[in-house]
Amino acid sequence: MTTVSRSLWGPGAVALSLALFLIVFLVIPVAKVIYVAFQDPNTGALTLINFVDFFNTSLFQESFFNSFYVASMSVVLASVFALPLAYFTTRFNFGGSILIQTLGVIPLIMPPFVGAVAMVLLFGQNGSINLLLDEYFGFTIPFMEGLNGVIFVESVHYFPFILINLSAALNNIDRSMEEAAQNLGASRGRLFRRIVFPLAMPGYVAGASLVFLKVFDDLGTPLLLNINNMLAPQAYLRISSIGINDPMGYVISVILVMFSLLALWTSFLALRGKDYATVQKGGGGLMKRDLAGWEKAGCYAVVILILLLVLSPHIALTLLSFGTVWSFSPLPDAYTAQHYVDVVSTSSTYITNTLLYAGLAAGIDVVFGTAIAYVVWRTGLPGRKLLDYMAMGAVAIPGVVLGIGYLRTFYQFDVPFIDKPLASWWVIIVIALAIRRLPYALRACVAALQQVSVMLEEAAENLGATKSRTVRRIVVPLMMGGIVAGFVTSFATAAVELSATIMLVSQESDAPLAYGIYEFMQSASGRGPGAALGIIAVLIIGIATYLSHRVINKKETERAPQQAAAPEEKVQGA
Amino acid sequence: MALKQTSGVTVTVENVSLSFGKTEVLKGVNLEIKPGELFTFLGPSGSGKSTLLRSIAGFGPRPGGRILIDGDDIAGLAPWDRNVGMVFQSYALWPHMTVRKNVAFGLEERKVPAREIAERVEAALDLVGLAAYGDRRPSQLSGGQQQRVALARTIVVEPRVLLLDEPLSNLDANLRVQMRREIHDLQRKLNLTTIFVTHDQEEANTISDRMAVLDQGVIQQTGTPLNLYDNPANRFVASFLGTANLLEGRIEAGDGGLWFIADAGPRLRLTPDAGAAGDRTAAMMRPQNLTITDADGALGQDVAVLEGTVEMLEFLGTIVRYAVRVGGASMLVDETHRVGRAVHAVGDSVRLGVEAADIRLLSA
Ligand SMILES: Nc1ncnc2c1ncn2[C@@H]1O[C@H](COP(=O)(O)OP(=O)(O)O)[C@@H](O)[C@H]1O
Ligand SMILES: [Mg+2]
Repeated sequence: MTTVSRSLWGPGAVALSLALFLIVFLVIPVAKVIYVAFQDPNTGALTLINFVDFFNTSLFQESFFNSFYVASMSVVLASVFALPLAYFTTRFNFGGSILIQTLGVIPLIMPPFVGAVAMVLLFGQNGSINLLLDEYFGFTIPFMEGLNGVIFVESVHYFPFILINLSAALNNIDRSMEEAAQNLGASRGRLFRRIVFPLAMPGYVAGASLVFLKVFDDLGTPLLLNINNMLAPQAYLRISSIGINDPMGYVISVILVMFSLLALWTSFLALRGKDYATVQKGGGGLMKRDLAGWEKAGCYAVVILILLLVLSPHIALTLLSFGTVWSFSPLPDAYTAQHYVDVVSTSSTYITNTLLYAGLAAGIDVVFGTAIAYVVWRTGLPGRKLLDYMAMGAVAIPGVVLGIGYLRTFYQFDVPFIDKPLASWWVIIVIALAIRRLPYALRACVAALQQVSVMLEEAAENLGATKSRTVRRIVVPLMMGGIVAGFVTSFATAAVELSATIMLVSQESDAPLAYGIYEFMQSASGRGPGAALGIIAVLIIGIATYLSHRVINKKETERAPQQAAAPEEKVQGA
Repeated sequence: MALKQTSGVTVTVENVSLSFGKTEVLKGVNLEIKPGELFTFLGPSGSGKSTLLRSIAGFGPRPGGRILIDGDDIAGLAPWDRNVGMVFQSYALWPHMTVRKNVAFGLEERKVPAREIAERVEAALDLVGLAAYGDRRPSQLSGGQQQRVALARTIVVEPRVLLLDEPLSNLDANLRVQMRREIHDLQRKLNLTTIFVTHDQEEANTISDRMAVLDQGVIQQTGTPLNLYDNPANRFVASFLGTANLLEGRIEAGDGGLWFIADAGPRLRLTPDAGAAGDRTAAMMRPQNLTITDADGALGQDVAVLEGTVEMLEFLGTIVRYAVRVGGASMLVDETHRVGRAVHAVGDSVRLGVEAADIRLLSA
């Protein structure tokens, strides 16, 4: 027989192992990076000398400024794309709203670096658009010149963060609130200024901070566009060319982490205390306005233009993957499937590696995510919140920084039986991917667990199931929808992650898709196969996402009517 | 194969106290529930009924004191080791399992052989009239049917005690009465020691062998429904069980008997054994035990008469309820309504009659 106090042993052991994993693979490497940044490279003493050097070197000053400039301008441009889409679809009766909202999310399926080279072919100095502009109008636009290219590619990819957050905020402003304001005498303009704008602002700021964060940390896009004078590329180049002992890579890492924290903090402050559940019972939903004919035409024009932009990386990548030669012409000269044949026959290890790594990483994430969610929300273990904070902390750590941390921490640690350092064993890539995606999987698992009423667990215990049996037979099956969602999010994003991977791939045969795409795209002759690989990656992710939606929808329809029939109490009987 | 009749166990609660943080929710509860008895915890929302019930099932913080089943202290046991069946207010049916799977769960956890599980599950479903519904999902059943599944799931494991936490509160009024009877019959049939939690006085009165009235984590009184209604131990029980006129005052001797002198004015004759002269106390009278007449109307002998004015009246169909001002007090009086009988209007002078036997003196 078990006593109540003894039943904390199991969760306690699980929590300790999880904490140990996070300490070894997240806390220590990051701490190491920070420590080295403050260490004199020669004497080992603590010092600020590295930071002084950093800010006295003109290349680093320039990189710092460029990163900041690119991230800020990307936010501005992304807002230009997102605002009209969000506003039109949520405030006007406007056909195709759902289509637009769905299409708007598509860029997130593909990371920006994959389409970067294809974008050069479409928008570059000698790209399709400029060739046409030059021929018919006699001028060109420097979309892709220098930093412009990075800003353009990044904002096309990351504007959905703003779109999603802002639409959520706008969507949840209840009609009754607006009507109340009008009833109290607010005109349309004042209504927007005093009600709509303040209620939508937190969503916008949260989305904008995320865009800033993503762009500031991105490594692949500048590298592929051959822009090296930014922070993340500098960190990578210092470590990979000068070596693991060069302090500048560490200084840059510290700066990257600080800006990540700043962006996350801003987003947190914006959303704090503002839950979007402002839709009231019996409210009329959203206040949507009908559009006059010409207004509608204008809206469609804007929307179609933006959607074309959004889809341009995908279009360009597809063209590139099927094109024979594409240079100094608006479209490829001829079309072929040869690139796909080549990639599948010669580079299939990239694909199998990716499936293996992303699959393992996502598996680790949902198992750990479920365990952490359970420990934090369902047990009274002391210090359990710490586990949550640690796992979520990974959000603030850019891939480059984690990569550098692993190299530095594990290059001397030989794995038994394998006989090489952990830092160059393929498993370290899986761990890096798992750590980086854990926060997202964890949130999905927590959300799923919160849907499971505690009473459903108590009922099982009451009928003789121990804690672990209850978890197996009740909690996990009921969380399955959320677990699948978490798995797919982790899998999809891990499948195309480059920044940590690029530092940890020690031999070609260990490399995943993202690395392969990066390698191919370096040379003109590799672009076709690279694009083909990119399309394959997008397909893998697309299919995984679609399948998960099917599973989740099925789970939801199974359970949905129950909620209506038996309203469940929050925690315990009143 | 029918479900077995049990021999019934005794549940003893000894000096049980429990706090959530700084708030004391149970303050030294003592109870003895007899074998096969249907015992009710009755009390207002927040009085600690669920907390007490959950302590018996092993949920929530471990309480101080002892909880005994047939003499064995179970307070240290994990919920799954107690064999105490609980039916949850929201039923807590598992949405990912069919009805049959839900009911089989407890037997599977007890490693009962598969053949026996199948038989016992069918028997239990049969008992609650759901034999045809085994393959459905809980979400495909009505509220009443879900309630029956929850019951079947609990009794199929033959628990030593059955705990029901406001089992009827999610049902509509008609179904509530029907399910109340079904639960009662089932309990009788199985002779299962049962604890029923409710805040509904009528529900408690109709179903209980005995009940305990709880308020603020303290048991106010224990007894049969009739006994509690007629002889409430204190002001709380008197007003929680039905409507009561309560007059504060003291007992005095005089005129060859005992009298209750209300602080608000009225004087009432008491039975000779009602109490000791000089005590302060409260007198309780139920509205239906007072009679009302016109100012010049006749009242029977041995009836204390109070003069007053009608302040308010409510026509409730079977009765007319008056509020009558008597001195400083306002007394509620119920009069059975007869077709065509005139009612007393607001402002009318009236006389109230009270028999000494209908007055209860409350010590606390
Ligand atoms: N988990 C809990 N944490 C803190 N307070 C609780 C908890 N459960 C119940 N309480 C408090 O204990 C008191 C009694 O609750 P409960 O036993 O549910 O009352 P009842 O079932 O009689 O309505 C209430 O004041 C309630 O707020
Ligand atoms: Mg309750």
